[in-house]
Amino acid sequence: MTVQRVMGTETEFGISVQGQPTANPMLASSQIVNAYANATVRVRRARWDFEEESPLRDARGFDMSRQVADPSQLTDEDLGLANVILTNGARLYVDHAHPEYSTPECRTPRDTLVWDKAGELIMVDAARHAAEIPNARPIVLYKNNTDNKGASYGAHENYLMRRETPFGDIVRHITPFFVSRQVICGAGRVGIGQEGASNGFQVSQRADYFEVEVGLETTLKRPIVNTRDEPHADPDKYRRLHVIIGDANMAEIPAYLKLGMTSLVLTMIEERFISTDLALAKPVRALHEISHDPTLKRQVELRDGRHMTGVQLQMEYAEQARKFVEDRYGDDADEQTVDVLDRWESLLTRLEHDPMECRHELDWVAKLTLLNSYRDRDGLDWDHPKLHLIDLQYADVRPEKGLYHRLQRLGEIETLLDRDEVAAAVTHPPTDTRAYFRGRCLEKYADQIAAASWDSVIFDLPGRDSLQRVPTMEPLRGTESHVRELLDSCDTADALVRAITG
Amino acid sequence: MTRDGGQQRKSSRKTSESEEAPEVEPSEDVAERKERLDEDIDSILDEIDEVLESNAEEFVRGFVQKGGQ
Repeated sequence: MTVQRVMGTETEFGISVQGQPTANPMLASSQIVNAYANATVRVRRARWDFEEESPLRDARGFDMSRQVADPSQLTDEDLGLANVILTNGARLYVDHAHPEYSTPECRTPRDTLVWDKAGELIMVDAARHAAEIPNARPIVLYKNNTDNKGASYGAHENYLMRRETPFGDIVRHITPFFVSRQVICGAGRVGIGQEGASNGFQVSQRADYFEVEVGLETTLKRPIVNTRDEPHADPDKYRRLHVIIGDANMAEIPAYLKLGMTSLVLTMIEERFISTDLALAKPVRALHEISHDPTLKRQVELRDGRHMTGVQLQMEYAEQARKFVEDRYGDDADEQTVDVLDRWESLLTRLEHDPMECRHELDWVAKLTLLNSYRDRDGLDWDHPKLHLIDLQYADVRPEKGLYHRLQRLGEIETLLDRDEVAAAVTHPPTDTRAYFRGRCLEKYADQIAAASWDSVIFDLPGRDSLQRVPTMEPLRGTESHVRELLDSCDTADALVRAITG
Repeated sequence: MTRDGGQQRKSSRKTSESEEAPEVEPSEDVAERKERLDEDIDSILDEIDEVLESNAEEFVRGFVQKGGQ
C-alpha cells in the first residue's frame, strides 16, 4: 500500500472584502460559494446529506455531549449556509467564517495534489463570478492560515486507516512526526506568537495556534493529534485520521510530500514496523521551538533525554520508511512511493546543510528568501508592514497578484503538475474512488439529485413519493471500472436507480 | 539512509541551469558571479514591486479574520 490510501484535503481560505475590513465574513463567504454555484451548477442544487455525520465521536471511544460542545463543533447542523457538491466530487461550502473546499477522495498523494490545486482555480473563478454582481466590492481569497492578529483557520488532511490499528499507537508514533514535518511542509510566517506580538520569521503558519497534544477540538485548544472519529465509511472496517496541524501550501512539492510522507508513516504504524521511540518530552513546546528557528539548528528534548533537531527527527522517519519499503517491496515498490522517499531524503540532507538550498521547492524557504532580499535591498526590520504584506500576498490565489504565482512564473519555484490536468480536475472526478460515482451523477442527473455527501447520493425521482438514497459507504467502490458502463447506459436517474436497486 | 540517492532531482529546470552554469562560463570569477546573482535578485524584486499592494500598512491592518478550525 505504501503512499497509496484513500485521502483528501480540506482548506479554509482567508477572505477579505477590498476596502471593507469590517464586512461580514460569513456573508462574503456565502457570496463566493453562491456565485460559483450559480455560474456552474445546473438547475437544481443538491443539499448536503448530514445523516452519517458524527463530529463529536471521539477516536478514544466515547461521544462528547452536545451540551458541552462548543457551537462551532456542531458541524452536522445544517445552518442554511451555502454548500454545493461539484461534478469533480468535491464539496464547496461555508465553514464558520471562511469559504472551504474539500477535495474528492483520492488514492495517491499526487492525485490529491491535483484536486487540491483544482480547488484554488475554483476559488479564483468563484471570486471572479462574485465580482460580476452589480455594486459588488471585490473579494480576495488567500490560501494561508492566519491573520497574524490571533485568528487561525485550517488546512486539514484526511487519511483512511484500518480500524484495527489502536489509536494509542497512532498518537505515539505520529506526534513527533507531526511536530517536525513542518521543516518540509511549513508555509512560513512573519510574526511570532498567536497575535504576532513578537517580530521575526517562523517556519510554520499554524504552529503557534496548537496548545495541547491530543483532543477533539479544532477551533480552540487545538491538538497536535485530533481525535474526531467520523470515517464517512464502514466504521467497523475504517477510521479516518483527521489531521488539523498542517499549513496550507501554495507550492506543489511540499503539498505532495506532506501527503506522501504522512501516508507512508501511517502505513508503517498500521504494519507495526516502527521500532524506535521518538517520544518528545514536551511536544507542544517542541512544535513552537522548531517553528521559531528558521536555521533549523534548534534541538528539542526527547522523553529519553536525547536532543534532536526537527530535521534529525524527520531523518529517523525517512530512514525507517526507506527500510520498510525495501523490506516489503524491494524493487517492486511503486514509482510514487520511491519518488516521495527520494525527495524526502534529498530535502532533509540539504535542509541540514543549508535550508536556503531548498528555496526553489519549499514554501517557507521561498518566502524567506524573498523577504530577506527585501530586507537587504530596502533595509527593513521584521516589524515593517511591507514584510507582513509579502507574507500575506504570497498566498493571494489570483494568478496576476499572488506572489507565489509570480515567483513560479519567474522560474523561482519548481512544480510537479501540468496546468491542463489541474484544469481538468475542476470539473472531472478522480476515477478510482467513490467520488467518481458522485461526480458523474451530479454531472449527468443534477435535476434529480436532492442531496449528496461523502457516503450517499439521494435521488428525488418523478412519480415516487419517497427519496431514494444510494449509500456509498465503501470509498473504493463506485469507481470508473465499477460503474462507468452503468452510468453511460442509464439516460435518466430513474433508470440508474432501477438498475442499482434491481 | 541512502542520502546520495536522494540527490537525483527530476524535472527541475532551475537545478539543471545552476549546475550547468559553471561549465558554460568556466572563467567567471566569484565577484562577477555575485554581481550576476545580485542582478537576478534585483530583477525579481522589480517584478514583485509591480504587483505588491500599495499602502502596505493599511492593507495589512485591514486583513482581519474570524477564527476557523
